[in-house]
Amino acid sequence: MTITEKILARASGRQQLSPGDVVFAKVDKVMLHDVSGPGVIKVFSEWEKKGMKLEKIWDPDRVWVTEDHFVPAADRVSAENVITLSNFTKQYGVKKHFKYGLGQYGICHTLSHEEAMVLPGEVYVGGDSHTNTTGAMGAFAAGLGHTDVAYVLMNGQIWFKVPETMLFKVEGPKPAHIMAKDIILKIIGEIGTDGANYRAMQFAGDAVKKLSMEERLTLTNMTTEAGAKNGIIEPDETTFAYLRERTDAKYVPVKGDEGAEYAETFTIETARMEPTVAKPFSPGNISAARELQGTELDKAYIGSCTGAKLEDLRAAAKIMKGKKVKIRTEVLPAAQSIYMKAMKEGLIEIFMESGAIVGPPTCGACCGAHMGVLGKGEVCISTTNRNFPGRMGHVESKTYLASPVVVAASALTGRITDPRDLK
Amino acid sequence: MNQTLKGRVHKYDRDNIDTDVIIPGPYLKIHDHKELAKHALEGLDPKFPEKVQAGDFLVAGSNFGCGSSREHAPIALSQTGIRAILAPTFARIFYRNAVDGGYLLPIEIDKETVKKISDRDELEIDIAYNTIRNVTKNEQYPMKPFPELIAKIVEAGGLMKYRP
Repeated sequence: MTITEKILARASGRQQLSPGDVVFAKVDKVMLHDVSGPGVIKVFSEWEKKGMKLEKIWDPDRVWVTEDHFVPAADRVSAENVITLSNFTKQYGVKKHFKYGLGQYGICHTLSHEEAMVLPGEVYVGGDSHTNTTGAMGAFAAGLGHTDVAYVLMNGQIWFKVPETMLFKVEGPKPAHIMAKDIILKIIGEIGTDGANYRAMQFAGDAVKKLSMEERLTLTNMTTEAGAKNGIIEPDETTFAYLRERTDAKYVPVKGDEGAEYAETFTIETARMEPTVAKPFSPGNISAARELQGTELDKAYIGSCTGAKLEDLRAAAKIMKGKKVKIRTEVLPAAQSIYMKAMKEGLIEIFMESGAIVGPPTCGACCGAHMGVLGKGEVCISTTNRNFPGRMGHVESKTYLASPVVVAASALTGRITDPRDLK
Repeated sequence: MNQTLKGRVHKYDRDNIDTDVIIPGPYLKIHDHKELAKHALEGLDPKFPEKVQAGDFLVAGSNFGCGSSREHAPIALSQTGIRAILAPTFARIFYRNAVDGGYLLPIEIDKETVKKISDRDELEIDIAYNTIRNVTKNEQYPMKPFPELIAKIVEAGGLMKYRP
């Protein structure tokens, strides 16, 4: 069995599983945020009208909550959603609630690793499609909607169709200026935005072995953009070392069997990879950055769970150090702890000296919610994960997706720029 | 499952109709179902909610509902009156939200069938026999049967009412 099959087998109490089997799997951790949380609470209130009241959550210690999409409160409605969420966690005894403006908080998919909320071998579900991100820790991590999360809160389990696994072996030396973002954009460009629908995307190979934990998380984060049920990487010393710095919690790491069967195997060579950009309006619509050079931009955005982790900020700052931005540039670190580390390392000063603005952690404009959305006709280059029509604002705005170094280089010239071409 | 659905078609012949066009990000803070319906498919056709009558069908291209996990998407569409969506494939979270929430039916049909169905056609969908009759054109098409568990959840009217 593959790692995904083994985790689901353990969670459903079976010795053996095959792709296509439908199982009810026990859930180890579940996450809600300020968009999915009120949605889940709404489901409970609808059920209550039909005589099914939520008396208690199956296990409040396995539930965690964050405020990330519409914080700082974008308006009255979003403020009230956060109140609704706070009342719910208080009423049902959920202790792990990361609150905006009250110590550590940030984007859910960043806290999941930064705070070690999820451990290798676990089944983790969240009310957000990019829950896949956390599979880089060696967990089965998948996004669900409100009804499914409500069901988990009540019953501690949920159904899954065991996915087939696509194995992506990433091999070879990684040139400077190539980041995990380039690798995953290249893969999505190759297999398409529904290329992994209902399937698991597993990453392996010597180039993945050498990637840091944060870079691995960029790979799994964007498996959602290929339609995957989950993205996953077998845990290794990099995973264990990352966790040692963050938690004493015990866990049982799981690896796939020798001879596990994969639906398809792909080999991706990194040696001659080019800095890559996804053009509007699809993450699969890729080009080399150099082919797009000269494309005029209005804005650069360095933010989100995909592209505002500490190493993303370091990579961008290295390009921007001592230089001035030519277009509006926003930097929103993905969590309070990352903001603090970036500040201590002098990265925030580099960004601000360059003329960029540094804002509070939030999903913000990545999902067109608030904090710098795009107007009609505006063109943005962004470290985020989606560029559908209207994703970051007006339906006639355009977003190009790229790695932090390409976005930083482009911020300095005002045009799409391959970092190798900076003077 | 003994059920026949009748309604008119609203056809949007493109692949990858994503959750950002089905219900744009700024509306995610809204949890009032009726209010969400006013913005259904706003990114593609702002007049869509006015066109739909209760029981109608939406016919679209592959990978319908890709993108976010927002349950607002099937809620908004179902609240306009849409009873089923017919497409070659669905994004997985949209599919399970539609079924588990009991909002509407995601029905998989092949690409050839999508081509044969026109906007405004009247259809009769027989869930028990997995057939679609095009009343307007007097044609019949197959649909992919629901997997066993999905059929049971559909029959129960959603995951909460389903008893394993």
